[in-house]
Amino acid sequence: MRAASAWGHGLPGGREASAGDVAETMVASLRIWFVALRISVEERLVYRADFALSTLMRFLPIVTQIFLWWAVFEGIQTVGGGRETIRGYSYNDFIAYYLLTMLSRAFSSMPGLASGITRDIRDGTVKKYLIQPVDMLSFLLAYRVAHKLVYYAVAAGPFALVFFLCRGYFPGWPDPPVLAAYVASLVMAFLLGFFLEATIGMIGFWFLEVRSLLFVYMLFNFFLSGHMFPLDMLPGMWGDVVGALPLQYLAYFPTAVFLGKVSGADLAGGVCIQLAWVVFFITTARVAMARGLRRYSGYGG
Amino acid sequence: MTAVPERPDYLRVFLTFARNSLVREMIFRGNFIIDTISSMAWVLINLAFYTLIFRYTPMLGADTGWGKYQFFLFLATTLIVNSLVRGLFMENADEFGELIRTGNLDFVLLKPMDTQFLVSLNRIEWSALGNLVLGLLLLFYALGKVDYRPGPVQVVLYPLYIGCGVAILYSLMITLAASSVWLVRNQSLFNFWFYITNFSRYPMEIYRGDFGTPLRLFFTFIVPVLVVVNVPARLLVRPLAPQSVEDAVLPLFALVAAAGSLAASRWVFNRALVSYRSASS
Repeated sequence: MRAASAWGHGLPGGREASAGDVAETMVASLRIWFVALRISVEERLVYRADFALSTLMRFLPIVTQIFLWWAVFEGIQTVGGGRETIRGYSYNDFIAYYLLTMLSRAFSSMPGLASGITRDIRDGTVKKYLIQPVDMLSFLLAYRVAHKLVYYAVAAGPFALVFFLCRGYFPGWPDPPVLAAYVASLVMAFLLGFFLEATIGMIGFWFLEVRSLLFVYMLFNFFLSGHMFPLDMLPGMWGDVVGALPLQYLAYFPTAVFLGKVSGADLAGGVCIQLAWVVFFITTARVAMARGLRRYSGYGG
Repeated sequence: MTAVPERPDYLRVFLTFARNSLVREMIFRGNFIIDTISSMAWVLINLAFYTLIFRYTPMLGADTGWGKYQFFLFLATTLIVNSLVRGLFMENADEFGELIRTGNLDFVLLKPMDTQFLVSLNRIEWSALGNLVLGLLLLFYALGKVDYRPGPVQVVLYPLYIGCGVAILYSLMITLAASSVWLVRNQSLFNFWFYITNFSRYPMEIYRGDFGTPLRLFFTFIVPVLVVVNVPARLLVRPLAPQSVEDAVLPLFALVAAAGSLAASRWVFNRALVSYRSASS
Protein backbone atom coordinates (compact mmCIF):
# COMPACT_ATOMS: atom_id res chain seq x y z
CA MET A 1 0.00 0.00 0.00
CA ARG A 2 1.32 3.39 -0.94
CA ALA A 3 1.74 5.86 1.86
CA ALA A 4 -1.03 8.41 1.98
CA SER A 5 -0.22 11.84 0.59
CA ALA A 6 -1.14 15.10 2.20
CA TRP A 7 -4.82 15.20 1.39
CA GLY A 8 -5.53 11.99 -0.30
CA HIS A 9 -4.47 8.54 -1.19
CA GLY A 10 -2.74 6.55 -3.83
CA LEU A 11 -4.63 6.36 -7.08
CA PRO A 12 -5.89 2.92 -8.04
CA GLY A 13 -3.82 0.95 -10.47
CA GLY A 14 -0.62 2.66 -9.47
CA ARG A 15 -0.54 4.89 -12.57
CA GLU A 16 0.89 8.37 -12.39
CA ALA A 17 -1.58 11.10 -11.52
CA SER A 18 -2.40 13.65 -14.19
CA ALA A 19 -3.67 17.15 -13.43
CA GLY A 20 -7.25 16.08 -14.22
CA ASP A 21 -7.04 13.14 -11.88
CA VAL A 22 -5.76 15.33 -9.11
CA ALA A 23 -8.65 17.79 -9.52
CA GLU A 24 -11.12 14.93 -9.59
CA THR A 25 -9.61 13.44 -6.47
CA MET A 26 -9.76 16.78 -4.70
CA VAL A 27 -13.47 17.13 -5.45
CA ALA A 28 -14.05 13.57 -4.30
CA SER A 29 -12.13 14.21 -1.08
CA LEU A 30 -14.18 17.29 -0.37
CA ARG A 31 -17.39 15.40 -0.97
CA ILE A 32 -16.27 12.65 1.38
CA TRP A 33 -15.35 15.31 3.87
CA PHE A 34 -18.85 16.77 3.77
CA VAL A 35 -20.49 13.39 4.07
CA ALA A 36 -18.36 12.64 7.13
CA LEU A 37 -19.38 16.00 8.52
CA ARG A 38 -23.09 15.34 7.95
CA ILE A 39 -23.03 11.84 9.42
CA SER A 40 -21.36 13.08 12.54
CA VAL A 41 -23.77 16.00 12.94
CA GLU A 42 -26.76 13.67 12.73
CA GLU A 43 -25.18 11.20 15.10
CA ARG A 44 -24.56 13.81 17.74
CA LEU A 45 -28.01 15.35 17.59
CA VAL A 46 -29.70 12.11 18.61
CA TYR A 47 -28.92 12.67 22.28
CA ARG A 48 -29.19 16.46 22.35
CA ALA A 49 -31.16 16.78 25.61
CA ASP A 50 -28.82 14.51 27.51
CA PHE A 51 -26.02 16.45 25.94
CA ALA A 52 -27.23 19.94 26.92
CA LEU A 53 -27.88 18.76 30.46
CA SER A 54 -24.42 17.28 30.85
CA THR A 55 -22.87 20.47 29.46
CA LEU A 56 -24.61 22.51 32.12
CA MET A 57 -23.52 20.01 34.76
CA ARG A 58 -19.95 20.43 33.72
CA PHE A 59 -20.05 23.94 35.17
CA LEU A 60 -20.96 22.70 38.64
CA PRO A 61 -17.32 22.28 39.74
CA ILE A 62 -16.88 26.00 38.98
CA VAL A 63 -19.18 26.69 41.90
CA THR A 64 -16.79 24.93 44.28
CA GLN A 65 -13.86 26.75 42.66
CA ILE A 66 -15.57 30.10 43.34
CA PHE A 67 -15.78 29.27 47.02
CA LEU A 68 -12.37 27.62 47.23
CA TRP A 69 -10.56 30.63 45.78
CA TRP A 70 -12.58 33.02 47.89
CA ALA A 71 -11.33 31.11 50.93
CA VAL A 72 -7.77 31.15 49.58
CA PHE A 73 -7.84 34.92 49.13
CA GLU A 74 -9.41 35.38 52.56
CA GLY A 75 -6.60 33.29 54.00
CA ILE A 76 -4.00 35.45 52.27
CA GLN A 77 -5.48 38.63 53.67
CA THR A 78 -5.31 37.39 57.26
CA VAL A 79 -1.51 37.39 57.25
CA GLY A 80 -1.35 41.09 56.54
CA GLY A 81 0.42 42.87 53.76
CA GLY A 82 -2.97 42.97 52.07
CA ARG A 83 -1.69 41.15 49.01
CA GLU A 84 -4.68 40.83 46.76
CA THR A 85 -3.26 38.97 43.83
CA ILE A 86 -1.49 35.67 43.32
CA ARG A 87 1.12 36.04 40.59
CA GLY A 88 -0.87 38.88 39.08
CA TYR A 89 -4.22 37.12 39.29
CA SER A 90 -6.92 38.72 41.38
CA TYR A 91 -9.81 36.71 42.79
CA ASN A 92 -12.00 37.71 39.85
CA ASP A 93 -9.22 36.74 37.45
CA PHE A 94 -9.16 33.25 38.91
CA ILE A 95 -12.87 32.68 38.34
CA ALA A 96 -12.69 34.18 34.86
CA TYR A 97 -9.67 31.97 34.26
CA TYR A 98 -11.54 28.79 35.12
CA LEU A 99 -14.52 29.75 32.98
CA LEU A 100 -12.30 30.59 30.02
CA THR A 101 -10.27 27.38 30.31
CA MET A 102 -13.55 25.53 29.97
CA LEU A 103 -13.97 27.32 26.68
CA SER A 104 -10.39 26.53 25.60
CA ARG A 105 -10.93 22.92 26.48
CA ALA A 106 -14.14 22.90 24.47
CA PHE A 107 -11.84 23.52 21.51
CA SER A 108 -8.78 21.50 22.38
CA SER A 109 -10.10 18.38 24.10
CA MET A 110 -10.49 15.39 21.83
CA PRO A 111 -12.29 12.70 23.79
CA GLY A 112 -11.70 9.27 22.36
CA LEU A 113 -9.51 10.34 19.46
CA ALA A 114 -6.25 8.62 20.36
CA SER A 115 -7.96 5.61 21.87
CA GLY A 116 -10.19 5.36 18.78
CA ILE A 117 -7.19 5.32 16.47
CA THR A 118 -5.40 2.65 18.49
CA ARG A 119 -8.59 0.59 18.59
CA ASP A 120 -8.97 0.85 14.82
CA ILE A 121 -5.39 -0.29 14.41
CA ARG A 122 -5.79 -3.16 16.85
CA ASP A 123 -9.05 -4.55 15.52
CA GLY A 124 -8.17 -3.97 11.90
CA THR A 125 -10.77 -1.29 11.11
CA VAL A 126 -7.88 0.78 9.84
CA LYS A 127 -7.97 -1.42 6.73
CA LYS A 128 -11.00 0.46 5.51
CA TYR A 129 -8.92 3.59 5.11
CA LEU A 130 -6.45 1.61 3.04
CA ILE A 131 -9.06 0.16 0.73
CA GLN A 132 -11.48 3.05 0.41
CA PRO A 133 -10.32 6.29 -1.18
CA VAL A 134 -10.50 8.07 2.18
CA ASP A 135 -7.53 9.44 4.03
CA MET A 136 -7.75 8.50 7.68
CA LEU A 137 -6.52 11.78 9.19
CA SER A 138 -8.73 13.91 6.93
CA PHE A 139 -11.74 11.77 7.72
CA LEU A 140 -11.11 11.93 11.44
CA LEU A 141 -10.56 15.67 11.23
CA ALA A 142 -13.85 16.16 9.39
CA TYR A 143 -15.58 13.95 11.90
CA ARG A 144 -14.09 15.93 14.75
CA VAL A 145 -14.96 19.31 13.24
CA ALA A 146 -18.55 18.15 12.88
CA HIS A 147 -18.56 16.82 16.39
CA LYS A 148 -17.30 20.14 17.69
CA LEU A 149 -19.73 22.20 15.59
CA VAL A 150 -22.67 20.30 17.00
CA TYR A 151 -21.19 20.58 20.43
CA TYR A 152 -20.93 24.37 20.11
CA ALA A 153 -24.46 24.60 18.73
CA VAL A 154 -25.86 22.76 21.72
CA ALA A 155 -23.42 24.05 24.32
CA ALA A 156 -23.72 27.71 23.27
CA GLY A 157 -26.85 28.04 25.40
CA PRO A 158 -25.39 26.71 28.66
CA PHE A 159 -22.09 28.52 28.03
CA ALA A 160 -23.82 31.85 27.34
CA LEU A 161 -25.98 31.45 30.41
CA VAL A 162 -23.09 30.69 32.76
CA PHE A 163 -20.85 33.40 31.29
CA PHE A 164 -23.68 35.90 31.57
CA LEU A 165 -24.32 34.99 35.19
CA CYS A 166 -20.60 35.29 35.92
CA ARG A 167 -20.01 38.44 33.86
CA GLY A 168 -18.96 40.32 37.00
CA TYR A 169 -15.77 38.26 37.20
CA PHE A 170 -14.56 39.31 33.77
CA PRO A 171 -12.37 42.33 33.19
CA GLY A 172 -14.31 43.20 30.03
CA TRP A 173 -13.70 42.58 26.36
CA PRO A 174 -10.08 42.81 25.24
CA ASP A 175 -9.02 45.11 22.37
CA PRO A 176 -9.82 43.90 18.84
CA PRO A 177 -6.24 42.78 18.05
CA VAL A 178 -6.06 40.81 21.29
CA LEU A 179 -9.47 39.35 20.59
CA ALA A 180 -8.27 38.32 17.14
CA ALA A 181 -5.21 36.68 18.70
CA TYR A 182 -7.52 34.95 21.16
CA VAL A 183 -9.73 33.51 18.42
CA ALA A 184 -6.65 32.45 16.47
CA SER A 185 -5.19 30.73 19.53
CA LEU A 186 -8.49 28.91 20.12
CA VAL A 187 -8.56 27.61 16.56
CA MET A 188 -4.94 26.57 16.87
CA ALA A 189 -5.75 24.94 20.22
CA PHE A 190 -8.26 22.80 18.34
CA LEU A 191 -5.71 21.85 15.67
CA LEU A 192 -2.98 21.25 18.21
CA GLY A 193 -5.27 19.11 20.33
CA PHE A 194 -6.30 17.10 17.29
CA PHE A 195 -2.88 16.44 15.81
CA LEU A 196 -1.20 15.88 19.16
CA GLU A 197 -3.72 13.22 20.11
CA ALA A 198 -3.66 11.75 16.62
CA THR A 199 0.12 11.42 16.89
CA ILE A 200 -0.27 9.63 20.20
CA GLY A 201 -2.90 7.39 18.66
CA MET A 202 -0.47 6.41 15.87
CA ILE A 203 1.78 4.86 18.52
CA GLY A 204 -0.75 2.04 18.30
CA PHE A 205 1.00 0.92 15.11
CA TRP A 206 4.03 0.01 17.20
CA PHE A 207 2.49 -1.02 20.53
CA LEU A 208 -0.82 -2.82 20.70
CA GLU A 209 -1.78 -1.80 24.20
CA VAL A 210 -1.42 1.94 24.81
CA ARG A 211 -4.14 2.45 27.39
CA SER A 212 -1.71 3.24 30.19
CA LEU A 213 0.25 5.58 27.96
CA LEU A 214 -2.95 7.44 27.11
CA PHE A 215 -3.74 7.70 30.76
CA VAL A 216 -0.36 9.22 31.52
CA TYR A 217 -0.91 11.69 28.71
CA MET A 218 -4.36 12.59 30.02
CA LEU A 219 -2.93 13.12 33.48
CA PHE A 220 -0.17 15.39 32.25
CA ASN A 221 -2.61 17.14 30.00
CA PHE A 222 -4.98 17.87 32.86
CA PHE A 223 -2.28 19.19 35.14
CA LEU A 224 0.06 20.94 32.71
CA SER A 225 -2.36 22.43 30.20
CA GLY A 226 -3.50 24.84 32.90
CA HIS A 227 -6.91 23.32 33.32
CA MET A 228 -6.43 22.97 37.04
CA PHE A 229 -4.82 26.33 37.87
CA PRO A 230 -3.11 29.24 36.07
CA LEU A 231 0.34 27.97 35.15
CA ASP A 232 1.88 31.24 36.36
CA MET A 233 1.50 29.82 39.86
CA LEU A 234 4.19 27.19 39.27
CA PRO A 235 7.38 28.18 41.02
CA GLY A 236 10.83 28.54 39.42
CA MET A 237 12.07 25.61 37.42
CA TRP A 238 8.63 23.98 37.19
CA GLY A 239 7.27 27.03 35.48
CA ASP A 240 10.12 27.00 32.95
CA VAL A 241 9.67 23.32 32.14
CA VAL A 242 5.92 23.64 31.68
CA GLY A 243 6.41 26.79 29.65
CA ALA A 244 8.51 24.81 27.17
CA LEU A 245 5.83 22.14 26.65
CA PRO A 246 3.10 22.32 24.01
CA LEU A 247 0.38 21.37 26.50
CA GLN A 248 -0.03 24.90 27.80
CA TYR A 249 -1.39 25.99 24.42
CA LEU A 250 -4.39 23.72 24.90
CA ALA A 251 -5.93 25.65 27.77
CA TYR A 252 -3.68 28.11 29.54
CA PHE A 253 -2.40 30.21 26.67
CA PRO A 254 -5.70 31.25 25.01
CA THR A 255 -7.11 32.09 28.43
CA ALA A 256 -4.10 34.14 29.45
CA VAL A 257 -4.38 36.03 26.15
CA PHE A 258 -8.00 36.91 26.79
CA LEU A 259 -7.28 38.06 30.32
CA GLY A 260 -4.40 40.22 29.13
CA LYS A 261 -1.77 38.24 31.06
CA VAL A 262 0.36 37.94 27.95
CA SER A 263 0.74 41.03 25.84
CA GLY A 264 2.98 42.76 23.32
CA ALA A 265 5.99 40.79 22.14
CA ASP A 266 5.11 37.85 24.42
CA LEU A 267 1.72 37.59 22.79
CA ALA A 268 3.09 37.66 19.26
CA GLY A 269 5.82 35.21 20.22
CA GLY A 270 3.36 32.91 21.94
CA VAL A 271 1.04 32.79 18.93
CA CYS A 272 4.03 31.98 16.70
CA ILE A 273 5.22 29.19 19.00
CA GLN A 274 1.70 27.81 19.12
CA LEU A 275 1.58 27.82 15.32
CA ALA A 276 4.96 26.12 15.22
CA TRP A 277 3.68 23.37 17.53
CA VAL A 278 0.63 22.91 15.31
CA VAL A 279 2.82 22.52 12.23
CA PHE A 280 5.14 20.21 14.14
CA PHE A 281 2.33 17.88 15.18
CA ILE A 282 0.65 17.91 11.75
CA THR A 283 3.97 16.72 10.36
CA THR A 284 4.54 14.17 13.10
CA ALA A 285 1.05 12.73 12.78
CA ARG A 286 1.47 12.43 8.99
CA VAL A 287 4.91 10.87 9.21
CA ALA A 288 3.84 8.50 11.97
CA MET A 289 0.80 7.41 9.98
CA ALA A 290 2.82 6.88 6.79
CA ARG A 291 5.44 4.85 8.64
CA GLY A 292 2.84 2.99 10.64
CA LEU A 293 0.89 2.00 7.54
CA ARG A 294 4.07 0.71 5.98
CA ARG A 295 4.57 -1.53 9.01
CA TYR A 296 0.95 -2.51 9.23
CA SER A 297 -0.28 -5.78 7.87
CA GLY A 298 -3.90 -6.77 7.73
CA TYR A 299 -5.23 -10.23 7.04
CA GLY A 300 -8.63 -11.64 6.29
CA GLY A 301 -11.79 -9.83 5.42
CA MET B 1 -41.35 -17.33 49.02
CA THR B 2 -43.16 -19.03 51.88
CA ALA B 3 -40.61 -21.22 53.63
CA VAL B 4 -37.03 -20.16 53.89
CA PRO B 5 -35.13 -23.13 55.29
CA GLU B 6 -32.46 -21.10 57.04
CA ARG B 7 -31.24 -17.56 57.10
CA PRO B 8 -28.42 -17.19 54.59
CA ASP B 9 -25.03 -16.32 56.01
CA TYR B 10 -24.53 -12.81 54.64
CA LEU B 11 -20.98 -12.46 55.91
CA ARG B 12 -19.86 -15.63 54.21
CA VAL B 13 -21.49 -14.61 50.97
CA PHE B 14 -19.78 -11.24 51.17
CA LEU B 15 -16.41 -12.86 51.80
CA THR B 16 -16.97 -15.13 48.82
CA PHE B 17 -17.78 -12.11 46.68
CA ALA B 18 -14.60 -10.45 47.89
CA ARG B 19 -12.51 -13.52 47.15
CA ASN B 20 -14.03 -14.01 43.72
CA SER B 21 -13.40 -10.39 42.84
CA LEU B 22 -9.82 -10.69 43.94
CA VAL B 23 -9.30 -13.84 41.87
CA ARG B 24 -10.90 -12.07 38.93
CA GLU B 25 -8.65 -9.04 39.27
CA MET B 26 -5.59 -11.24 39.63
CA ILE B 27 -6.32 -12.85 36.27
CA PHE B 28 -5.69 -9.50 34.64
CA ARG B 29 -2.85 -8.51 36.88
CA GLY B 30 -1.38 -5.90 34.57
CA ASN B 31 -4.71 -4.19 34.35
CA PHE B 32 -5.06 -4.27 38.11
CA ILE B 33 -1.68 -2.64 38.59
CA ILE B 34 -2.45 0.04 36.01
CA ASP B 35 -5.80 0.78 37.66
CA THR B 36 -4.17 1.09 41.06
CA ILE B 37 -1.35 3.29 39.87
CA SER B 38 -3.56 5.52 37.78
CA SER B 39 -6.01 6.27 40.55
CA MET B 40 -3.10 6.94 42.88
CA ALA B 41 -1.63 9.30 40.28
CA TRP B 42 -4.83 11.36 40.31
CA VAL B 43 -4.50 11.68 44.05
CA LEU B 44 -0.90 12.80 43.78
CA ILE B 45 -1.82 15.42 41.21
CA ASN B 46 -4.49 16.77 43.51
CA LEU B 47 -2.01 16.78 46.34
CA ALA B 48 0.41 18.77 44.19
CA PHE B 49 -2.36 21.27 43.43
CA TYR B 50 -3.17 21.82 47.09
CA THR B 51 0.51 22.05 48.00
CA LEU B 52 0.74 24.78 45.39
CA ILE B 53 -2.25 26.61 46.84
CA PHE B 54 -0.72 26.54 50.31
CA ARG B 55 2.45 28.11 48.96
CA TYR B 56 0.38 31.25 48.58
CA THR B 57 -2.02 31.13 51.49
CA PRO B 58 -1.50 29.94 55.08
CA MET B 59 -5.13 29.00 55.52
CA LEU B 60 -8.39 28.37 53.69
CA GLY B 61 -10.65 31.21 54.79
CA ALA B 62 -10.10 33.57 57.70
CA ASP B 63 -9.68 31.82 61.06
CA THR B 64 -11.20 28.57 59.97
CA GLY B 65 -8.31 26.52 61.29
CA TRP B 66 -7.83 24.78 57.95
CA GLY B 67 -4.11 25.31 57.48
CA LYS B 68 -2.02 23.19 55.13
CA TYR B 69 -1.70 20.08 57.27
CA GLN B 70 -5.18 20.37 58.71
CA PHE B 71 -6.42 20.42 55.17
CA PHE B 72 -4.26 17.40 54.37
CA LEU B 73 -6.08 15.60 57.19
CA PHE B 74 -9.31 16.61 55.53
CA LEU B 75 -7.98 15.36 52.21
CA ALA B 76 -6.89 12.07 53.77
CA THR B 77 -10.39 11.62 55.17
CA THR B 78 -11.89 12.32 51.74
CA LEU B 79 -9.56 9.73 50.26
CA ILE B 80 -10.42 7.09 52.82
CA VAL B 81 -14.18 7.58 52.46
CA ASN B 82 -14.07 7.75 48.67
CA SER B 83 -11.83 4.74 48.25
CA LEU B 84 -14.15 2.68 50.46
CA VAL B 85 -17.19 3.78 48.48
CA ARG B 86 -15.43 3.15 45.20
CA GLY B 87 -14.01 -0.20 46.26
CA LEU B 88 -17.25 -1.57 47.66
CA PHE B 89 -20.09 -0.04 45.68
CA MET B 90 -19.13 1.97 42.61
CA GLU B 91 -18.88 -0.84 40.11
CA ASN B 92 -21.96 -2.52 41.51
CA ALA B 93 -24.09 0.59 41.24
CA ASP B 94 -22.86 1.00 37.69
CA GLU B 95 -23.72 -2.62 36.97
CA PHE B 96 -27.20 -2.20 38.48
CA GLY B 97 -28.31 0.07 35.66
CA GLU B 98 -27.04 -2.53 33.24
CA LEU B 99 -28.92 -5.32 35.05
CA ILE B 100 -32.10 -3.32 34.69
CA ARG B 101 -31.50 -2.48 31.05
CA THR B 102 -30.72 -6.04 30.01
CA GLY B 103 -33.28 -7.69 32.26
CA ASN B 104 -30.62 -9.73 34.03
CA LEU B 105 -31.95 -8.45 37.32
CA ASP B 106 -34.37 -11.39 37.07
CA PHE B 107 -31.60 -13.74 38.10
CA VAL B 108 -30.78 -11.67 41.16
CA LEU B 109 -34.43 -11.47 42.18
CA LEU B 110 -34.65 -15.26 42.09
CA LYS B 111 -31.96 -15.75 44.70
CA PRO B 112 -33.11 -16.33 48.28
CA MET B 113 -31.24 -13.35 49.64
CA ASP B 114 -31.79 -9.66 50.04
CA THR B 115 -31.69 -8.14 46.56
CA GLN B 116 -30.17 -4.86 47.66
CA PHE B 117 -27.33 -6.74 49.35
CA LEU B 118 -26.65 -8.84 46.27
CA VAL B 119 -26.80 -5.89 43.92
CA SER B 120 -24.68 -3.60 46.10
CA LEU B 121 -21.79 -5.85 47.03
CA ASN B 122 -21.53 -8.31 44.18
CA ARG B 123 -18.14 -7.10 43.09
CA ILE B 124 -15.34 -5.56 45.12
CA GLU B 125 -12.93 -3.30 43.30
CA TRP B 126 -9.64 -4.18 44.95
CA SER B 127 -7.67 -1.56 43.09
CA ALA B 128 -9.32 1.08 45.30
CA LEU B 129 -7.10 -0.28 48.05
CA GLY B 130 -4.20 1.76 46.70
CA ASN B 131 -6.01 5.00 47.46
CA LEU B 132 -7.04 3.75 50.87
CA VAL B 133 -3.40 3.11 51.71
CA LEU B 134 -2.46 6.50 50.31
CA GLY B 135 -5.18 8.10 52.44
CA LEU B 136 -3.89 6.40 55.57
CA LEU B 137 -0.29 7.40 54.82
CA LEU B 138 -1.36 11.00 54.29
CA LEU B 139 -3.36 10.84 57.50
CA PHE B 140 -0.39 9.76 59.59
CA TYR B 141 1.99 12.12 57.84
CA ALA B 142 -0.27 15.11 58.43
CA LEU B 143 -0.99 14.07 62.02
CA GLY B 144 2.75 14.25 62.64
CA LYS B 145 2.86 17.79 61.29
CA VAL B 146 0.06 19.40 63.31
CA ASP B 147 0.27 20.47 66.93
CA TYR B 148 -3.12 19.21 67.97
CA ARG B 149 -3.35 15.59 69.15
CA PRO B 150 -6.78 13.96 68.98
CA GLY B 151 -7.75 12.14 72.17
CA PRO B 152 -8.97 8.54 72.59
CA VAL B 153 -12.61 9.55 72.13
CA GLN B 154 -11.84 11.02 68.75
CA VAL B 155 -9.83 7.97 67.75
CA VAL B 156 -12.88 5.82 68.47
CA LEU B 157 -15.35 8.19 66.84
CA TYR B 158 -13.30 8.73 63.68
CA PRO B 159 -13.90 5.27 62.15
CA LEU B 160 -17.55 5.46 63.20
CA TYR B 161 -18.02 8.71 61.30
CA ILE B 162 -16.08 7.36 58.35
CA GLY B 163 -18.68 4.60 58.35
CA CYS B 164 -21.47 7.20 58.42
CA GLY B 165 -19.87 9.02 55.50
CA VAL B 166 -19.62 5.82 53.49
CA ALA B 167 -23.26 5.05 54.30
CA ILE B 168 -24.43 8.46 53.11
CA LEU B 169 -22.51 8.29 49.83
CA TYR B 170 -23.60 4.71 49.26
CA SER B 171 -27.23 5.70 49.74
CA LEU B 172 -26.92 8.53 47.29
CA MET B 173 -25.25 6.28 44.75
CA ILE B 174 -27.70 3.40 44.97
CA THR B 175 -30.62 5.83 44.83
CA LEU B 176 -29.29 7.32 41.61
CA ALA B 177 -28.61 3.87 40.21
CA ALA B 178 -32.08 2.65 41.15
CA SER B 179 -33.62 5.59 39.35
CA SER B 180 -32.44 4.03 36.10
CA VAL B 181 -35.52 1.79 36.37
CA TRP B 182 -37.51 4.86 35.41
CA LEU B 183 -34.97 6.56 33.19
CA VAL B 184 -33.07 3.66 31.56
CA ARG B 185 -30.27 5.85 30.25
CA ASN B 186 -28.46 7.10 33.32
CA GLN B 187 -25.17 8.49 32.08
CA SER B 188 -25.94 12.03 33.17
CA LEU B 189 -27.02 10.77 36.54
CA PHE B 190 -23.64 9.33 37.24
CA ASN B 191 -22.00 12.54 36.21
CA PHE B 192 -24.46 14.14 38.56
CA TRP B 193 -23.21 11.94 41.36
CA PHE B 194 -19.66 12.97 40.64
CA TYR B 195 -20.52 16.67 40.61
CA ILE B 196 -22.60 16.50 43.78
CA THR B 197 -19.86 14.75 45.72
CA ASN B 198 -17.53 17.41 44.41
CA PHE B 199 -19.10 19.66 47.05
CA SER B 200 -18.04 17.30 49.81
CA ARG B 201 -14.37 17.73 48.98
CA TYR B 202 -13.85 21.02 50.81
CA PRO B 203 -14.36 22.19 54.38
CA MET B 204 -17.92 23.43 54.76
CA GLU B 205 -16.71 26.76 56.17
CA ILE B 206 -15.84 27.92 52.68
CA TYR B 207 -19.51 28.00 51.65
CA ARG B 208 -20.46 31.38 53.02
CA GLY B 209 -22.38 34.46 51.95
CA ASP B 210 -25.72 35.03 50.28
CA PHE B 211 -25.23 32.17 47.92
CA GLY B 212 -22.89 29.98 49.94
CA THR B 213 -24.96 29.70 53.12
CA PRO B 214 -28.07 28.29 51.41
CA LEU B 215 -25.79 25.99 49.44
CA ARG B 216 -24.12 24.78 52.64
CA LEU B 217 -27.46 24.23 54.37
CA PHE B 218 -28.80 22.38 51.34
CA PHE B 219 -25.82 20.05 51.11
CA THR B 220 -25.82 19.53 54.87
CA PHE B 221 -29.46 18.95 55.67
CA ILE B 222 -31.20 18.00 52.43
CA VAL B 223 -28.52 16.10 50.52
CA PRO B 224 -26.06 15.55 53.37
CA VAL B 225 -22.84 15.22 51.34
CA LEU B 226 -21.07 17.95 53.31
CA VAL B 227 -21.38 15.87 56.46
CA VAL B 228 -19.54 12.96 54.87
CA VAL B 229 -15.98 14.24 55.24
CA ASN B 230 -16.42 17.32 57.40
CA VAL B 231 -17.60 15.58 60.53
CA PRO B 232 -14.84 12.96 60.78
CA ALA B 233 -12.16 15.40 59.61
CA ARG B 234 -13.10 17.94 62.26
CA LEU B 235 -12.55 15.31 64.93
CA LEU B 236 -8.90 15.22 64.02
CA VAL B 237 -8.14 18.91 63.89
CA ARG B 238 -9.90 20.50 66.84
CA PRO B 239 -10.94 19.69 70.41
CA LEU B 240 -14.31 18.08 70.99
CA ALA B 241 -15.54 21.13 72.90
CA PRO B 242 -18.05 22.66 70.50
CA GLN B 243 -17.47 26.30 69.61
CA SER B 244 -20.93 26.93 68.22
CA VAL B 245 -24.38 25.41 68.14
CA GLU B 246 -23.66 24.03 64.71
CA ASP B 247 -20.51 22.36 66.00
CA ALA B 248 -22.49 20.55 68.66
CA VAL B 249 -25.38 19.59 66.44
CA LEU B 250 -23.43 18.38 63.45
CA PRO B 251 -21.97 15.14 64.88
CA LEU B 252 -25.40 14.14 66.16
CA PHE B 253 -26.97 15.09 62.89
CA ALA B 254 -24.41 12.99 60.99
CA LEU B 255 -25.69 9.87 62.73
CA VAL B 256 -29.27 10.77 61.89
CA ALA B 257 -28.31 11.61 58.33
CA ALA B 258 -26.54 8.28 57.84
CA ALA B 259 -29.47 6.28 59.20
CA GLY B 260 -31.98 8.43 57.30
CA SER B 261 -30.12 8.13 53.99
CA LEU B 262 -29.90 4.38 54.32
CA ALA B 263 -33.59 4.14 55.06
CA ALA B 264 -34.47 6.47 52.19
CA SER B 265 -32.28 4.60 49.73
CA ARG B 266 -33.80 1.31 50.84
CA TRP B 267 -37.24 2.73 50.17
CA VAL B 268 -36.28 4.02 46.72
CA PHE B 269 -34.59 0.71 45.93
CA ASN B 270 -37.69 -1.28 46.81
CA ARG B 271 -39.90 1.09 44.85
CA ALA B 272 -37.58 0.59 41.90
CA LEU B 273 -37.91 -3.18 42.20
CA VAL B 274 -41.70 -2.86 42.21
CA SER B 275 -41.56 -0.79 39.01
CA TYR B 276 -39.09 -3.18 37.39
CA ARG B 277 -40.72 -5.01 34.51
CA SER B 278 -37.86 -7.12 33.25
CA ALA B 279 -36.84 -7.02 29.62
CA SER B 280 -38.18 -10.16 28.12
CA SER B 281 -36.54 -11.42 25.00
